Amino acid sequence: MSPPAQTGTARTGAAWTGTARTGTAQSGATAWPRASEPGAAGAGAAAPVGLIASRVRLDEKRIMAALDRRAVPYERLDGRTCRYELDAAPPPWPVVLNREIGQVRAAYAAHGVEAGGGTVVNSAAAIELCGDKWRTSVALRRAGLPIPRTALALTPEAALDTIERIGYPAVIKPLQGSWGRLVTAVRDRHAAAAVLEHVAALPSPQSHIVYVQEFIDTPGRDVRAIVIGGRLVGAVYRSAGEAAGGWRANVALGATTERCAVTPELAELAEEAARVVGADIAGVDLLEERGERLLVLEVNSGVEFSGFQEAMGDTVDVADQIAGYVAACREGVWM
Amino acid sequence: MPKCSECSADVAVEDGAQENEIVQCAECGTELEVVRTAPVGLAPAPDVEEDWGE
Ligand SMILES: [Zn+2]
Repeated sequence: MSPPAQTGTARTGAAWTGTARTGTAQSGATAWPRASEPGAAGAGAAAPVGLIASRVRLDEKRIMAALDRRAVPYERLDGRTCRYELDAAPPPWPVVLNREIGQVRAAYAAHGVEAGGGTVVNSAAAIELCGDKWRTSVALRRAGLPIPRTALALTPEAALDTIERIGYPAVIKPLQGSWGRLVTAVRDRHAAAAVLEHVAALPSPQSHIVYVQEFIDTPGRDVRAIVIGGRLVGAVYRSAGEAAGGWRANVALGATTERCAVTPELAELAEEAARVVGADIAGVDLLEERGERLLVLEVNSGVEFSGFQEAMGDTVDVADQIAGYVAACREGVWM
Repeated sequence: MPKCSECSADVAVEDGAQENEIVQCAECGTELEVVRTAPVGLAPAPDVEEDWGE
């Protein structure tokens, strides 16, 4: 049990206000932490870390339990109640762990903390870069990392030629999107045209931008590596489940996971990919082209790890690694 | 025991449940959010939004 984090009373103009819960499962009334020193973000050795999460999943419970075990005080904020006032006092937390489930809210939660001079893991820039597949591809390629052949078309009409230049089968993905939603493989011109017709009918201008990748011939699985604080924690194979139509390996779509032996090539690629996008905590997806060369597919900034943890057994404790990283940031020894 | 807001069935919630934790009603399958502890209060969990997830 950690000592409860120090809290103050509600103040108008606090940098980040919201419903806060301190320490362990203890539930205070609406209580805001007080910055120990006005004008300094997260000053004071006893200052708790912030944990923004509106949905407490198994992952968040494990992180909170790990913080408790490490006696790291924390204050959890429900992202749905957070608001930020420009020019208000800086955030009272030396570091904020952002576990908000919605990508838009996660990005702006990070922006709010940063606007007040605070530090947030992951940073707003990393969340936004990882949230855009094209910008991620550009960053990875510029850094010289191997990725699938990738192209962008600005309209569904232009996309058909783009797909044909990439060649069939090709994969069409939304620029922004999570849990593998709306990711479609097309095997011929007829299928591509049908998908693009559907894309053209989507309401938002954003969804008319078409991101196309070559289809990589893999052994029916992809690799998910988790990198924390620049270091590889481990890797698992994810095999596509039936629910996913047999080829998209995404746990949220019913994929199964199995521990993957880490090679130096894998570790180096995953760590480099996380570094390139600036994600302190990163889920790096890789593909084994024809079971040989590794390609980086994407980098996720809002890492979900329950399936990964299950596959890894007790060889690694992801929640504890996250807690340890946040604790080190709080003490200023890892930043 | 807290009741499901949808079907009124009793919902078993583990000791030490946290606010904003999601539990599922065994009767009707509805996802429920723990909106308060001691005593536990349940409300329908928010619908999954398009940008949720990694
Ligand atoms: Zn029910």
